[in-house]
Amino acid sequence: MSSRDLVLGRIREALSAPDTQPSSVPDTRASSAPGLSRSAAVDIPRDYRRGPAPVDLDLLVERLVDYKAVVHRGSDISVIAREIIGDGTLVVPPGLPPEWMPAEQTRVDHGLSAAEIAAADGVLTAAAVAIAETGTIVLDASPDQGRRILSLLPDLHICVLRPEQVVASVPEAVARLDPARPLTWISGPSATSDIELNRVEGVHGPRNLHVILQEAA
Amino acid sequence: MSTFLGMPAHAPRGVGNLRGDEPFPAAARTALANQQLRRNLQHATTTIRGKSGRVIAEVPDWQELRSAGSALKTYTMANLPRLLEQLEEKVTAAGGVVHWAADAEEANRIVTGLIRETGEQRVIKIKSMATQEIGLNEALEAAGIEPVETDLAELIVQLGHDKPSHILVPAIHRNRAEIREIFLREMPGVDPDLTDNPPELAAAARRYLRETFLSTKVAVSGANFGIAETGTLAVVESEGNGRMCLTLPDTLITVMGIEKVVPAWQDLEVFLQLLPRASTGERMNPYTSMWTGVTPGDGPQNFHLVLLDNGRTAVLADEVGRSALHCIRCSACLNVCPVYERTGGHAYGSVYPGPIGAVLSPQLTGVEDNASLPYASSLCGACFDACPVKIDIPSILVHLRNQAPHPRTEKAAMAAAAYTMDRPRLYQRAQRAFKLAKLVGRRGKGLPPPLNGWAASRDLPAPPEESFRDWWRGR
Amino acid sequence: MRIALFATCLADTMFPAAAKATVQLLERLGHEVVFPLEQTCCGQMHVNTGYQSQALPLVRRYVRTFEPCDVVVAPSGSCVGSIRHQHAMVARQAGDEGLATAAEAVAGRTYELSELLIDVLGVEDVGAYYPHRVTYHPTCHSLRVLRVGDRPLRLLRNVRGLDLVELPAAEQCCGFGGTFAVKNADTSSAMLADKMRHVLETGADVCTAGDASCLMHIGGGLSRSRAGVRTVHLAEILASTAVAA
Repeated sequence: MSSRDLVLGRIREALSAPDTQPSSVPDTRASSAPGLSRSAAVDIPRDYRRGPAPVDLDLLVERLVDYKAVVHRGSDISVIAREIIGDGTLVVPPGLPPEWMPAEQTRVDHGLSAAEIAAADGVLTAAAVAIAETGTIVLDASPDQGRRILSLLPDLHICVLRPEQVVASVPEAVARLDPARPLTWISGPSATSDIELNRVEGVHGPRNLHVILQEAA
Repeated sequence: MSTFLGMPAHAPRGVGNLRGDEPFPAAARTALANQQLRRNLQHATTTIRGKSGRVIAEVPDWQELRSAGSALKTYTMANLPRLLEQLEEKVTAAGGVVHWAADAEEANRIVTGLIRETGEQRVIKIKSMATQEIGLNEALEAAGIEPVETDLAELIVQLGHDKPSHILVPAIHRNRAEIREIFLREMPGVDPDLTDNPPELAAAARRYLRETFLSTKVAVSGANFGIAETGTLAVVESEGNGRMCLTLPDTLITVMGIEKVVPAWQDLEVFLQLLPRASTGERMNPYTSMWTGVTPGDGPQNFHLVLLDNGRTAVLADEVGRSALHCIRCSACLNVCPVYERTGGHAYGSVYPGPIGAVLSPQLTGVEDNASLPYASSLCGACFDACPVKIDIPSILVHLRNQAPHPRTEKAAMAAAAYTMDRPRLYQRAQRAFKLAKLVGRRGKGLPPPLNGWAASRDLPAPPEESFRDWWRGR
Repeated sequence: MRIALFATCLADTMFPAAAKATVQLLERLGHEVVFPLEQTCCGQMHVNTGYQSQALPLVRRYVRTFEPCDVVVAPSGSCVGSIRHQHAMVARQAGDEGLATAAEAVAGRTYELSELLIDVLGVEDVGAYYPHRVTYHPTCHSLRVLRVGDRPLRLLRNVRGLDLVELPAAEQCCGFGGTFAVKNADTSSAMLADKMRHVLETGADVCTAGDASCLMHIGGGLSRSRAGVRTVHLAEILASTAVAA
C-alpha cells in the first residue's frame, strides 16, 4: 500500500462516524472550484464585509505610513523616483513604462544575475493591487513588476500604484488576483516582532519601502 | 491487515518533538523558579495582547470573520480526502511533485532523500511548525546536511542551542540582552561592539545570513495554507527570510500538515484577515508569498510538497477533539493564557505549547504519552475567546481529561465523592464530619499529596458551625 | 415568585453564609425561596477532572430535583456554567437522550444570582447597605461561560455606603480551576500571587465575587499572607442592610 493510499484510507476511516458523512443539505458556498458542490455540506456564513466598498486613498496612505513606508503622491514618476534614489542605481522590470524610468542609472532586468540585482541600490516596480484598510501592496510578477527576486534583493523598493489598483479590503483584493501567478503581499518594509514582540523594521527584505501614488497630470 | 493499516495512527515515539521529558507540573515548577523568564514572558504577552486587541477592535466584522473561519475549517475536515486529492492534482499540474508521509520518520526520509538527490549539503529553512514537530533538523544533521534556520527567532534558538517556546516567536523567553549575548558568543563574524538595540540585532542577522541566502540551492519550508482549488501554497512571514527561501534556491521542499488545506482561493479572504491580527497584532504581516507549482524563469524550478499525517488522522477520528486541527498557528491562545504566561512554552514538552498544545499534542501522540497536558489549564476560557477560528479549547481539554489515565488514589476519592453526593443522607453525615477538618488547622499540617499542594501557599477555609441545610432545617 | 435555591455543595458545606444570604436577599425582595433537600452537587468537579461517567448520577439528581421548579438560582457562576454547558453533554455521552433534553430544559430555568436579579426579577437596586471599600473579581466562568457581563457591578454600584474600586487585570484567572489548584499547585499559586497583588493595589478591605470557590482560593491566599483583606460573597453584600450592618 502506498503512503498516499494509507493516509487517505486513514482519513476516510477517521471520518466514517455517522455525523460526518456527506449530508444532503444543499451547499451554499459561493466558489469557483469545480466539484465542491458534491461534498459534505457545511454552511459557510459569509456575513463579513466583502465589498465593493468606496476606496479611501487617504486611509491607504495613513496605513502605509503607520507601517513605516514612505508615501509620495504625484504624476511625474521618473522625477519622484530620481529624487528618492539620488545618485544610486536602479534595477527595473522589463515591462515598466519607459516614461517612469529615471534615465541613466537604470538597468532593465533582461536576465540580471542575483549578484547584479543585489548590487543595485534600489528597484522600481509597478504593483497589481493595493489594499487601503491594511496598507498592503500586492505584486503578481507581471512584466511591469518583474521576477520575485528583483523586488527582493535591493535594500530600497520603490513601488508605483495607480489609483484604480487600490481596493478597500482584503476580500476585494483576493477577488482581483490570479493565484496562478506568483504573488507577494507587502505591508511595509521588512520587519520582525521576534525581539520582545515589538515590531522592528529592517531584516532580510528591503529595509526601505517607498510608495508612489500616481496622480493625474 | 489492510484494514488495520488504514486505521488512524498516532505520531510514533522516538522521533520528533511532541513529547516532553517530564510531566507538566514538574517542568512548570522549574520554569516558575526562573524570575527572568517570567518577566520576559509577562512583558511579551502583555505587549502582544495590547497590540492584537487594538487591531481587532478596528475591524467591525471580527466575529463574522471568526464564524466564517470556523465553518471553513469544519468543512475542510469533513471533505479532507477530496480536498487533498484536488490539491495534489493541481500542484502536479503546475509542475510540482507531491509526496505523502504517514509519519515523522517517513517525512524525514523523503526530505533527506530529495536533498541528497540535489547533491547539496546545506539547506535554508523558513520557520515551520511541521518540520520542528517531526525533528527534521536532527534527521538532516544525522544525514550530514546542515539546516540553517533563517527566521530571526529560530536563529536565536538554533545559535543558543535552545528549544523553541512559542509557536510564533520561538525565542519569546529571551530578552534583548540575552539575544545579544547569544549573537556575540555564537554568530561567526559578528561585530564585537554589537549592542542590545533591537534594530542592531536584526541588522546583525541580516548580515550573517545574506551570503547564505545567495549561495544555498535548496530551501525547506512549511505552509500556512494550501489551496485545493488552485494548488497554491502560501507562507505568511515578516522578515523577508521567507521570500528569500521561496525565491532564490533552485529547489524548494514544503512540508505541510494535511489539515492545512483550504478549499478555495476565495477562502483566503477570511484567513488573511484573521491570522495577522490574531497573531502578531498587525493589520497585515509584512510579507505573504503565494506560489503555484513552478513558474518558469521565476523562483525555484523544482518544487516538492510533502503532505504529512503524523498523528493528524488520529485527531480527526475524535469527533470532539478534531477541531484542534482547525488551528491556524496564530498563538493568540498562548498570549492570553494565564498558565502559559507564567510557565512559558518549554514546560509543555511539545513544540506545540500553550492551550492549543495542551489539546493538540496529547491527541497527536495518544493521551497516555502526554497525560499531564490536558490538566495544564485552569479552564478559564480566555483561549476560546481569543481563538480566531473559535476552537473550544476548554471543552476539548475536559474531553481529553476523560480519556487520560487517572492516578489510583484520585480515582478512589472521586468514586467515593460521587457515591456520597448521590446519597443525600450520607452526604449530610459527611458534611457534619467535615467539621473535623478543624483538626488539621488552616495550614493543613500533615495533609497528604496532592492536597498539601494547596496548603503550601493557601490557608484552608475554616469549617462552619453548621451546614446550610442544617441551618435551613432549623429555621 | 417562588424560587428554588441550588445552594451548591461547596456553599452548603463550607460557605453556608453565601447560601443563607441568597435566601435572605430574595425573601427581602418579597419572593418565596424553597430548598429541595434531595439536591447535592452539580457534578462539575467530576466532569472537569475527567470522570464524566461518575457525574452522570449527579446530573440526573440535579435534573430530577429541580424539574418541578419554575426558576432555580445558584450563588455560583461556575456551577450554573456547568449545568448549562455540561449537563446535556454528559447525558448524551452516556446515550441518555431523554435526560439530555430534560437537562437542557432545567438548565434554561437555572440562573446565577446576578442574572436572576437583573434579567428575571428586573431589579438593580436591592436596597442593600454595606459601608466598605470593595473590589470585584469577575470569576472566569461567570465572565466567559455565562457572560454575566457587568451585572454584578451594576448591583454593587447601587449598594449604599459601598465604595467600589476597580480591580486591575480583573479578567485574569485567580488560578483556582478546581482540581487544577492541587494538580498544578505551583502554577496556580503563581497566578494567585498576581491576583492578590492586584487586590492589594486597590486598597479595598473586601474582595467579592460570585463564586465561593474562587473566593476560597483568593481568601486562602490572603489569609496565609495576613493581608487583612476579607473575601465576601456577592450575595452577602447584597443581603446586607443598615440594620444588619
